[in-house]
Amino acid sequence: MTIPTAITDAATDLASDGWVRVASIHDLPLLEGRRTTIDGHKVAVFKLTDGLAAIDAVCPHKAGPLQDGLVADNCVTCPLHDRRIDLATGQMIGYEGAVHVHEVLQQGDDVWVRLSTAPLASTAVDADAELIAPGDAMSDPNSSVPDTL
Amino acid sequence: MNILIIGGGIAAQSLAEALRERDTDATITMVCEEPRLPWDRVSLSHLLIDGQVDELQLRPESWYEDHDVTVITGHKVVFLDTTHNTARLDDDTVISYDQCALATGSDALMPPIPGIDQKGVVAFRSPEDCTTIQAVADAGRPAAVIGGGLLGLEAARGIAARGAPVTVVHLMDRLMERQLDANAAALLAPAMVELDVNVLLNKSTETILGNDEGQVTGLKFTDGEILNADLVVVAIGIKSRTDLAKSAGLDVGRGIKVDDRLQTSAPNVFAVGECAEHRGMVYGIVAPIHDQTQICADAILGAPEAFYEGSILSAKLKIMGVDLVSIGSAEGSGATVEDRDARTYRKLIVENGKLTGAVLMGDTKGYELLLDRVKQGALVEDALDLLAEASKASAADLPDTAQVCNCNGVCKGDIVKAIQEHDLGSTAEVVARTRAGAGCGTCKPLVKEILLDVRGGKVDENTYLCACRKQTREEVAAVIREQGLDSVTAVAEACGTGRECGGCNPALAYLVSEINENQHREERHARYINDRVHGNIQKDGTFSVVPRMKGGVTTADELRRIADAADEFNIETIKVTGGQRIDLLGVKKEDLPAIWEKLDMPSGMAYAKSVRTVKTCVGTEHCRFGLGPSMQTGIELEGMLEGLHTPAKVKLGVTGCPRNCAEAYIKDIGLVAIEGGWEVYVGGAGGTVVRKGDLLATVADKDEAIRVSLIFLQHYRETADYKERTYDYMERFSLEEIQAVVFDEEEGPALLERFHLAQAAAIRDPWLERRKPVVANQFSELDTDAPVFGMAPMAGDESDDGMVVGPPPGAAQPAGVSASSDRFAITYNTPSEQA
Repeated sequence: MTIPTAITDAATDLASDGWVRVASIHDLPLLEGRRTTIDGHKVAVFKLTDGLAAIDAVCPHKAGPLQDGLVADNCVTCPLHDRRIDLATGQMIGYEGAVHVHEVLQQGDDVWVRLSTAPLASTAVDADAELIAPGDAMSDPNSSVPDTL
Repeated sequence: MNILIIGGGIAAQSLAEALRERDTDATITMVCEEPRLPWDRVSLSHLLIDGQVDELQLRPESWYEDHDVTVITGHKVVFLDTTHNTARLDDDTVISYDQCALATGSDALMPPIPGIDQKGVVAFRSPEDCTTIQAVADAGRPAAVIGGGLLGLEAARGIAARGAPVTVVHLMDRLMERQLDANAAALLAPAMVELDVNVLLNKSTETILGNDEGQVTGLKFTDGEILNADLVVVAIGIKSRTDLAKSAGLDVGRGIKVDDRLQTSAPNVFAVGECAEHRGMVYGIVAPIHDQTQICADAILGAPEAFYEGSILSAKLKIMGVDLVSIGSAEGSGATVEDRDARTYRKLIVENGKLTGAVLMGDTKGYELLLDRVKQGALVEDALDLLAEASKASAADLPDTAQVCNCNGVCKGDIVKAIQEHDLGSTAEVVARTRAGAGCGTCKPLVKEILLDVRGGKVDENTYLCACRKQTREEVAAVIREQGLDSVTAVAEACGTGRECGGCNPALAYLVSEINENQHREERHARYINDRVHGNIQKDGTFSVVPRMKGGVTTADELRRIADAADEFNIETIKVTGGQRIDLLGVKKEDLPAIWEKLDMPSGMAYAKSVRTVKTCVGTEHCRFGLGPSMQTGIELEGMLEGLHTPAKVKLGVTGCPRNCAEAYIKDIGLVAIEGGWEVYVGGAGGTVVRKGDLLATVADKDEAIRVSLIFLQHYRETADYKERTYDYMERFSLEEIQAVVFDEEEGPALLERFHLAQAAAIRDPWLERRKPVVANQFSELDTDAPVFGMAPMAGDESDDGMVVGPPPGAAQPAGVSASSDRFAITYNTPSEQA
């Protein structure tokens, strides 16, 4: 347990480090996604049974709203045409295409997201992108949760 | 040739079938001591949970006539004269034979513990034992099972399933020590505890305690402890029945001694099954019996090359929710490879480069492949590779020699051949023809997979509720009922359904609601977005709004409100639907509660797997040709069905005469007024497929037509696969089968009663969630805000019902309130902001 001043200080640090507070943890129902907008980017944030995840909210297939998908097995299924997307890697399963995986952490009640701007892998919709593996910062959502506050 | 089979169990039946396949002329006579035709003792645990003994009968009476096998039931052979080749029955009938086979089976081994003769101490061996066990279990009285082997665990699970407290008492330090190694046993014990079976290990029973009336009251152990029990089931093993053989002068050890041709010490006398001892082994499980009977049939008929060299032991625990098989030796001196986590354990045992055994716990994929490899003594280059291959094995990968059904000893090759030769098209046909899957039924999904593979058909995922775990709707439903589960999460915990891809979660949510008659715990994360926000998602992520308009009848006032709402929310498209109502398209999620409030009409549920509309024509109220009051009937019918979820959408029609203006002939349920009454059609379709409905009934009045419709609908709700429309459903069953249920004197009214229970608990207007959302922020994103009308829900408001409810937006949290984990525990007393 900590005192609010510590949170304020930590929050200042996060904000200066490119993080954006997007929600209270209580605004995220378990296994349902919610959309937020950061710098004009639509981001879907999920509260999983063992952590948090944040990816682009727009399906690479036909731009379906990924925050409205069913979540299971660390994947979200797009509500429009059932394309599955891995929440840890951003890859579409069984199809070419990927979305950005963004860093997410919880501090106190606050959920913070930091946009990933790394180019997507060659399978991505952006044909000009170079061969770079998608950011793996999110492969374990727990790892980005600070354990002291 | 005149062949006598003494015995009436699985071995006797299997031998009779093997003989008849090979020789159509031989005279075959079976003498069964039990007063019934051969039945499947392996499925005794099903009988305990719920079932009738006649359902376990291996073959119908007609089979014996068709195959010219004479069966004498309820009589015992009391003397066998191997010099004169005759057998005398207990009624002094004498039967002479050319060849005789003993298949006298076994009795339960009852150890000489003091007190074992008291009332309430039973074996787990016969239907009569089951009746005794059921009576005590149903009264909720405590029971003890002595023996932690396969049979003891199945008995204990059956007792627990009937709601009685039960304890398994095992002499050894781990369960199923003959089939499992310590690691697998260590996973099994807690799995049994989860199924409400207590487990006591290292316990030796000294005395079975009883009262003055000779009724059992408990167990006293050698360590002095006492366990209270009104029923004691003894399941520690079997004892071959050898009395007849002994009296006939045959060599008898633990069982009747047989050579590699399964011949006893007497000429022309053979022995198979649990009564036989071969190379020092008495087999007490079913798979070796089929190996023996095949070879014995050859030997009886004089084939020179028929030799039995023993069987590989393999066992499968038949407890839903615990997937466990063991093959061959569980422990060996050779190399082992393991793959384990919290709930699964897969191990191979390799000795001298050959696969000799496997233990699969929690995940039994590839069992048939591994069993085949063990049987073949296959050389293993890389055991880890083999384990990985087994995990991915599909029906197509299995060799023809792989045994698919252990209960009835059916290999993949037999199934493939039967499908090809007899042009079998359904799993039911394959089961009926080959007997694969007719025993415990655990191999049925594989049988179906083989069928699909052979016929090159597309895999119809709908037929598995959970395609990842290969679980059918029936299997999952049985677990839900048996364990009284009321939520998707509870089902996932009990049997893993929906854990993998999650695609079946909506199907599971329906099943849980249907079985619990809508008194389930609602979990919105298991529902499609349509069912979370009660609108149909469109290609741009907006939703459509269709208010209910019963029978397609509306009022000027409703139309005015619809027009006003359309103006206020800048509705892009207003469309009259095929179901005679009005669709407002292009509504943003966060606007849904507000537009519903404006409309002040109930949801038409045009987004759900549910009863949609009842389309009507004007009927006798206005039409010159009308024969029945179709509008009034349609409105009444829709009112009775409102809010009810169904396996797939259900559209109805009521038309006032056979001119069919309301298209009732092509609706899921269609009522057609005719001169002097009504016709009820079901299974019609006017979509991709155009199908005229089947005439379910012709009845005298509208009340009866509605009653028949409701019964049919409830039967469909209870038995259709998820997403299976009535037109597919009617093709899968036949009209006659459906009629037999709907018009059954008992089942019909029972279905109607269940319909009313489900309907009473259904939420008639989900749009009222604008006032009381099930999940806080249900209609908001983090970057939008939806209004809540009327009283806002408070945190924990619904927690008694188990609904997933968070605090309303901006609500202050008391410090230290804990959510699901410590990480979520830090809270502070300031209103949270919207990002």
